[in-house]
Amino acid sequence: MRMSKPAFNPVRFSRNLVLYAILMVLVVIFGFPLLWTLSASLKTIPEFAQFPPALFPQSPQWINYWTVLNTPRVPVLTWLINSSIVVILTTIGTTLTSALVAYSFARFNYRGRDFLFLLTLATLTLPAQVTLIPQFILFFKLGMINTLYPLWVPSWFGGGAFGIFMLRQFFKSIPRDLDEAALIDGAGYPRIFWSILLPLLGPALATLAIITFIASWGDFQNPLLYLNSPDKFTISIGLQFFNVSPEVGGVPMRHLLMAACVMSMIPTVAIFFIGQRYFVQGVVMSGLKG
Amino acid sequence: MAIAKQMSPAQSKDAGKLAALLGVKTRFQVNGAIWGYIFALPWIIGLIVFWLGPIFASLYFSFTEYDIISDPKWVGTANYVKAFTNDPQFWPSLAKTFYFTILFVPTTIVGSLLLAMLLNQKLYGTNIFRTLFFIPHLVPAVAIAVVWLFLMQPRLGPINTFLRSIGVENPPLWLGSSDTALESVTLINVWAALGGNNMLIFLAALQGVPQDFYEAAEIDGASTSQKFWKITLPLISPSVFFVLILTIIAALKVFTTAMIAPQTPGGPSNATWFILVHIYHEAFLYLRMGYGSALSWVLAVILIVFTIIQNVTSKRWVYYENE
Repeated sequence: MRMSKPAFNPVRFSRNLVLYAILMVLVVIFGFPLLWTLSASLKTIPEFAQFPPALFPQSPQWINYWTVLNTPRVPVLTWLINSSIVVILTTIGTTLTSALVAYSFARFNYRGRDFLFLLTLATLTLPAQVTLIPQFILFFKLGMINTLYPLWVPSWFGGGAFGIFMLRQFFKSIPRDLDEAALIDGAGYPRIFWSILLPLLGPALATLAIITFIASWGDFQNPLLYLNSPDKFTISIGLQFFNVSPEVGGVPMRHLLMAACVMSMIPTVAIFFIGQRYFVQGVVMSGLKG
Repeated sequence: MAIAKQMSPAQSKDAGKLAALLGVKTRFQVNGAIWGYIFALPWIIGLIVFWLGPIFASLYFSFTEYDIISDPKWVGTANYVKAFTNDPQFWPSLAKTFYFTILFVPTTIVGSLLLAMLLNQKLYGTNIFRTLFFIPHLVPAVAIAVVWLFLMQPRLGPINTFLRSIGVENPPLWLGSSDTALESVTLINVWAALGGNNMLIFLAALQGVPQDFYEAAEIDGASTSQKFWKITLPLISPSVFFVLILTIIAALKVFTTAMIAPQTPGGPSNATWFILVHIYHEAFLYLRMGYGSALSWVLAVILIVFTIIQNVTSKRWVYYENE
């Protein structure tokens, strides 16, 4: 018998039509604010203040992006660099040290290991809010207020329970024979970790790195507590500073503020597109196993 | 084992002691145990310095008066008494936080579940839509707040321009009025959260529901709503539970949008003066570290109580396949 093409089904067709219509409305709801920001960032000052607001600028002012990077009182370029320093160091610290700790939890037997792991899980449910003030006092006593250290140094001490827990699951899925064969061949544990296990962990590390990157780039609360001079700001806190005083020498700069907003979105959106597959996997895994 | 046999009895006894101390059986495993400690060391330090230490320190500070420059002064329960009886902002800030939570949590959870169900309909282009809905989640919270401040601008903003163009005579003042600021902040947060992690988790859960369940139900003549309430919802209940806990915790900690979107931190007439906004002002602007710690502990206890309540009640409605 020959397979025939499925017959045209009017019920199914109209149902799909309705679903696509809903999807389109949603695309407008989610997309419009971002499109509007992009459009506003390309306007001239008079266009920006024009009423009613035009959806698209007459001729896109790409120069705005150059101007905003070179406006003395709002050093957007410095903020982007500061954010990049914090985010890169945080991401490396988190992935590297949580992999080490996860390796220890997954592969070694020692007194106190299970208790330590239990404590690790407990930090997931404990509200981090209570640690905020003592951590601030600690960094204050160390003279690190208004430096970038408080923003990335903690990530080098294990990186947090989420990463440790996630990577531990992955280590457990790698057969132990692999380690044991290397051990018999005379490789030490650091070498087994670095040359054999870490490469196998690639996708999991990528997942953790992307999640860490996005969270660290968007962080507002910690920079707000620790940074107080504009040359030390990260982009989040810088945007807030710009937002509160959007005039430079009496000239309103709101179109430039929009350009700065667009620039603040580029790194995370780019990272997401590069590593989308890993990211979605990671989020889903945390949801299903949590 | 082989190595242990070659040792003199005295050596072997010492090695045995060390092995017992480290919690392993043979001398051969002692080396492994030591490496285990070495690899875990960053986190052992991190736990002590950034978790356990701060938790106990903040408990202690909450019973003191402390401005970070002079030494903390023990004041007993005075900070807690002040919070509950003599702080005009404390109860209102809690009330506003709960009101925000009640608005935010059901809207986000039902909304992201609906989005996930829509994306699970096997239409063309689902991946593109999923990515589009997810983008707001990638934008820094500050940028979201700044952008929405402009969108919601009462006179010139595109939202009110649109509302006037379709005949709404007095569109809301959004973030500019104490009557609507909290709802506006909620709207912004819902927009940012709808297509985020929650939606991805729900989508994965929906894709994990076996198709034969639906086919069997269809043969028995089940309606669409019956299929949802009797099959889909019970089977994805673990994910709903997980998302519910995360969303409530996130809602109680609402901060960034409340600080930025209304031009004045905390909003017009303190309309968005949530508990975390209050803690931030007390501890870090007025340097009342002791009082701020007490407030943090109140928030912490609320969060813990919520988590416990959810864990207890979850047994009634969360269905785990392997139980």
